[in-house]
Amino acid sequence: MFANLNLTQLIFGRLTLESIPYHEPILLATFVIVALGGIAFLGSMTYFKLWGPFWRDWMTSIDHKRIGIMYIVLGIIMMLRGVADALLMRAQQALSFGDSVGFLPPHHYDQLFTVHGVIMIFFVAMPFVTGLMNYVVPLQIGARDVAFPFLNNFSFWMTAYGAVLVMISLFVGEFGRTGWLAYPPLSGILASPDVGVDYWIWALQIAGVGTLLSGINLIVTIIKMRAPGMTMMKMPVFTWTALCTNILIVMAFPVLTAVLAMLSLDRYVGTNFFTNDLGGNAMMYVNLIWIWGHPEVYILVLPIFGVFSEVVSTFSGKRLFGYTSMVYATVVITILSYLVWLHHFFTMGSGASVNSFFGITTMIISIPTGAKMFNWLFTMYRGRIRFELPMLWTIAFMITFVIGGMTGVLLAVPAADFVLHNSLFLIAHFHNVIIGGVVFGSLAGITYWFPKAFGFKLERFWGMCSFWLWTIGFYLAFMPLYVLGLMGVTRRLSHFEDPTLQIWFIVAAVGAVMIFLGIVCFVIQIVVSIMRRESLKDVTGDPWNARTLEWSTSSPPPDYNFAFTPKVYELDAWADMKKQGYVRPETGFRAIHMPKNTAAGFAIASFSSACAFGLIWHMWLLVILSFVATLVAVIAHTFNYKRDYYIPADVVAKTEAARTALLASHVH
Amino acid sequence: MLLQKLKRLEQRYWRAMSTNLNTSTTMSSTDTSSRFYVLEAHPENGSLLGFWLYLMSDCLIFACLFAAYAVLGHNYAAGPSGADLFNLPIVALNTALLLLSSITYGFAMLQMQKKDLEKTVKWLAITGLLGAGFIFFELSEFSELIADGAGPGRSGFLTSFFALVGTHGLHVSFGIIWLVTLIFQLKKHGLTTENKRRLMCLSLFWHFLDVVWIGVFTFLYLMGVLS
Repeated sequence: MFANLNLTQLIFGRLTLESIPYHEPILLATFVIVALGGIAFLGSMTYFKLWGPFWRDWMTSIDHKRIGIMYIVLGIIMMLRGVADALLMRAQQALSFGDSVGFLPPHHYDQLFTVHGVIMIFFVAMPFVTGLMNYVVPLQIGARDVAFPFLNNFSFWMTAYGAVLVMISLFVGEFGRTGWLAYPPLSGILASPDVGVDYWIWALQIAGVGTLLSGINLIVTIIKMRAPGMTMMKMPVFTWTALCTNILIVMAFPVLTAVLAMLSLDRYVGTNFFTNDLGGNAMMYVNLIWIWGHPEVYILVLPIFGVFSEVVSTFSGKRLFGYTSMVYATVVITILSYLVWLHHFFTMGSGASVNSFFGITTMIISIPTGAKMFNWLFTMYRGRIRFELPMLWTIAFMITFVIGGMTGVLLAVPAADFVLHNSLFLIAHFHNVIIGGVVFGSLAGITYWFPKAFGFKLERFWGMCSFWLWTIGFYLAFMPLYVLGLMGVTRRLSHFEDPTLQIWFIVAAVGAVMIFLGIVCFVIQIVVSIMRRESLKDVTGDPWNARTLEWSTSSPPPDYNFAFTPKVYELDAWADMKKQGYVRPETGFRAIHMPKNTAAGFAIASFSSACAFGLIWHMWLLVILSFVATLVAVIAHTFNYKRDYYIPADVVAKTEAARTALLASHVH
Repeated sequence: MLLQKLKRLEQRYWRAMSTNLNTSTTMSSTDTSSRFYVLEAHPENGSLLGFWLYLMSDCLIFACLFAAYAVLGHNYAAGPSGADLFNLPIVALNTALLLLSSITYGFAMLQMQKKDLEKTVKWLAITGLLGAGFIFFELSEFSELIADGAGPGRSGFLTSFFALVGTHGLHVSFGIIWLVTLIFQLKKHGLTTENKRRLMCLSLFWHFLDVVWIGVFTFLYLMGVLS
């Protein structure tokens, strides 16, 4: 590895001009589009002189609300990339039959299904979920911020840099061709000697550190910073699910860190963790990655269950049916999610007894999930349901998720899994639960809390367009895959011989296009809503007549969230306050103690990502310099003892007076 | 001793919390609605809980490495085994150094409680030196092994051995960097609340590494020599 070092290699490592894929027209076109978009963005930022505010108010901000919004923006941007990849794959599979080989060479196609999975899980679903938790949890528990606001900013930038590394791999070098979990020996140095797997490793390693730290952060926030009176069993369900999710994060992500480190050692140092010879064991990788991977699925879906619980009770105008059972179901799922990982590889030969154990635990998970489903149904039962957009997403979720859950139970039968393993049936199943669950839920959550974050509702017409395109598109895109899977078609194929299958792939492609249009409508919805923000304005802070504390403050909330820390007596604290005739205090404000913004998080994340980039390309000089820079930046940050400030009482009074005036101007 | 101290700290924390709660209740009971706190209800010290969570996540990384050793530990690939390689007297010395450094860290914490800055720093420095000694012996062991052709790439056994011991050593090294940084900060700002909290966190970290080492010593070295 260090042999024959010369200066060029020391600086550029194995990066050469040939690493830039300018000879591939698809990539070149994508690059031109991204470059034009980037230049337009940078140009307009400069033209409107927005760099200063962007740096001060967003990049260095440690306000949990701004960080939450940035996470969701990151998720939306990366969703566009992930969907573009999906469309390319769908088009390839619809065209590539018999003599036609389609338009994507296998080399490129294999990168596409890898990067699609990685982006959709790590840089779309995770940012959505983390963003919602970041934004909502402190508000729901009546706190001013999270427990470690600086770490929060750092976590965000680590996640964002992970996404940046994946994006860079599109134009500099290439991404892995191994599938999203990069099983060895395929991902080992012998089978994948180029940079693709290294991009995968370091993007995930960087983003994983961010996720782990944000998990610790939110657990401490929820345990320590709840408003007085909010006992555990008076916590809103979303906060409960956030707590369980973050416990899962802290218990699962170290395993990912460890297994990625082992794979990197195999690739960089020549160790034998997962090699075929010299005593390595590739099965260990598959076990370890799924010990992280299965809880990860619940990390994504649990907070989404929380979103649906909030939405259902708000739009049914009732308190949630079976709150206690909902909490216990969440906790049970948290525990069970650790006891099922082996169902991802029943066919690897663990034997009948082991397979039966994991098959049964997997089926048991459907019990608490079913309990949740009935709780939502009974909440709706005899409620005054308002079919606002978040509620529509919820109903679409309930139907779709139940179908996906049932195919999951089918897959949990080891004998059936031997037939269906790695078939398109599996692909249909997990898209069924991830789109029907996580994506619909994220969209429900974004629509639900959007007025809280920005002070105006999302427009309904384009939202309806998006909703119907997504829902119908989903069924068109994935139901054919169930059929194909049952007929024996396996995943990750770029070419088919049997022409009778083609019609199913064409239907699926049409569905994928509809989903894409659904996303376009979602973006249009946001743009239209911004243009019509005056007529969509929320002056009350409680546009949905909701039940939890975040709706008791203004929309958007002030920096300090609550002028006074609320006291909680009942579950659904805000509904209780409204019932008891709560009067908002208008005098007696005090100075509020707040954390100060800092550039340290951005700096440390930048240095460590530069280090990761150097490691990918074997640029050893960059690696050493950026590693030292990271260390120095961390130490320098610890010498900063002035991390807080006070918002003066008169500023609080002025902010609150403005809200008083706003409320008074809109009394009906 | 440390446990008692922890307990005392915790008691003090809860007392502070409850007085805080009481004053705020009385303050806001003058308010008609009693729907909110007038005084700040600042949560004290989430750092310790957060640091514990971090330690437990770190513990899981070690758990994975132990698991890897359990799987690969006997895959010698026709190479040397633990019985051929390990020099137990040196490892015993190393263990003694590390365990001793935990005691000296404890002394530093006692001096911190007595608000004696100078002695705190002195004990910390001794702790750091003991840690550095540990790292020195570990590195010399590693270099000997590699020189003998028993490097991490030789077999599954040596891969998992180097990964586990190396990760532990890396942690101790970062602990020493942290310790040196903290000594500078103590000299600059004295025994402030923040610095005490940092001392407490590093203390947890240092003792945690000791506990992990006991696992390493038992499962890798002692049981490795047995086989």
